[in-house]
Amino acid sequence: MAELARPKLKVATASLAGCFGCHMSFLDIDERLFPLLERVEFDRSPLTDIKHCGPCDIGIIEGGVCNAENVHVLREFRANCKILVAIGACAVTGGLPAQRNHLDLGLCLQEVYLTEPSLGRGLIPNDPELPLPLDKVHPLHEVVKVDYFIPGCPPSGDAIWKFLTDLIEGRTPKLGHGLIAYD
Amino acid sequence: MSARPTFLLDGVEVPFDPGQSVMQAALAAGRHIPHLCYHPEFKPHGSCKVCTARVDGRMMTSCTVPAEMATEVESDTEELNDLRRTLVQMLFAEGNHFCPSCEQSGNCLLQALGYDLGVMTAGFRHLFPDRPVDASHPEILLDFNRCILCELCVRASREVDGKDVFALAGRGIEKHLVVNAESGRLGDTNAAAADKAMSVCPVGVILRKREGFHVPIGERRFDRSPVSDQASDFAPRKPEATRG
Repeated sequence: MAELARPKLKVATASLAGCFGCHMSFLDIDERLFPLLERVEFDRSPLTDIKHCGPCDIGIIEGGVCNAENVHVLREFRANCKILVAIGACAVTGGLPAQRNHLDLGLCLQEVYLTEPSLGRGLIPNDPELPLPLDKVHPLHEVVKVDYFIPGCPPSGDAIWKFLTDLIEGRTPKLGHGLIAYD
Repeated sequence: MSARPTFLLDGVEVPFDPGQSVMQAALAAGRHIPHLCYHPEFKPHGSCKVCTARVDGRMMTSCTVPAEMATEVESDTEELNDLRRTLVQMLFAEGNHFCPSCEQSGNCLLQALGYDLGVMTAGFRHLFPDRPVDASHPEILLDFNRCILCELCVRASREVDGKDVFALAGRGIEKHLVVNAESGRLGDTNAAAADKAMSVCPVGVILRKREGFHVPIGERRFDRSPVSDQASDFAPRKPEATRG
């Protein structure tokens, strides 16, 4: 009964400059979602559609920081989450979006929206609703303090499960061979 | 069988043959010492520093220390593995090691070392250098983004192929791999796919064309078992393997 009486941990997740692949991989824990849901409840997450993160125990963020909105979301998570986890190659190193970092942002936009014929409207999008892109794409820890990192593109469901169960049980999360991956 | 001389590696006796380095003796005994620029068929290079161990209290590269000089070697310690993690992070930061799109993923020694040492973080701000690839050769692709400057291709081309196709140019952070042709392109050299130099790259710089993803991701060399369990694959292959 003491087991049942334990308060659930609050978990929030978000994808910044990512592809939601890490969230998909999280869903690959499959039926283990049920025992997980006995221990946690979700705050802001694509699973709940809650728009802002309240006070949480664990925040999990996929994707790097590529625009102004990403910075705001990341800071909101840091301010509200006791433990912040960077999940996936993009959050840990910048990943795929950061492959533009050796290029000039202005030239990138020009190439995509002006030079390239397929999108040829002759206009670089500048609606005020659109967050402004940053000059370079950054991993999370270059913007806020990050407590844990799970590399992988994406990390496997098993890796995410191992990490979460370690963390929830109060162990130092440790991925061994086959779970730690950069690809 | 006469008793061979031994040294202690992390408290366990390792026998060695005269002339062997600490690295060679350890690997021959099935004990892994992390390394990147060492290759069983080439003279030790001592440049990557990943194999640095405490040899009788002094920090030395185990690939260059003769086993005769060693009594007690410490390698698998938290202190040394911490330094190794830093070296791996620095190499990742210096180039563009984007594993998700790399053909060598799963067969890459740098990646395998990262896994084995438990490198979970970037550690340093990545530099994102601009390094165009060279696809000029009909059979070989060069992706300079992944070079770790181990000089194995340089050594293989010079010592085995007798061709001098590769060299390192520049100094310090500017140091980089170059192709020995006036155009700087591999297609303008006499490099051939069968050259030794084309099969020694421990990372994903030198790739054979039209062989990509022949073995699926997840079934490759270091997917199957960690590099530290593959010590004997790096052991001296034959007595004359310690070339020169």
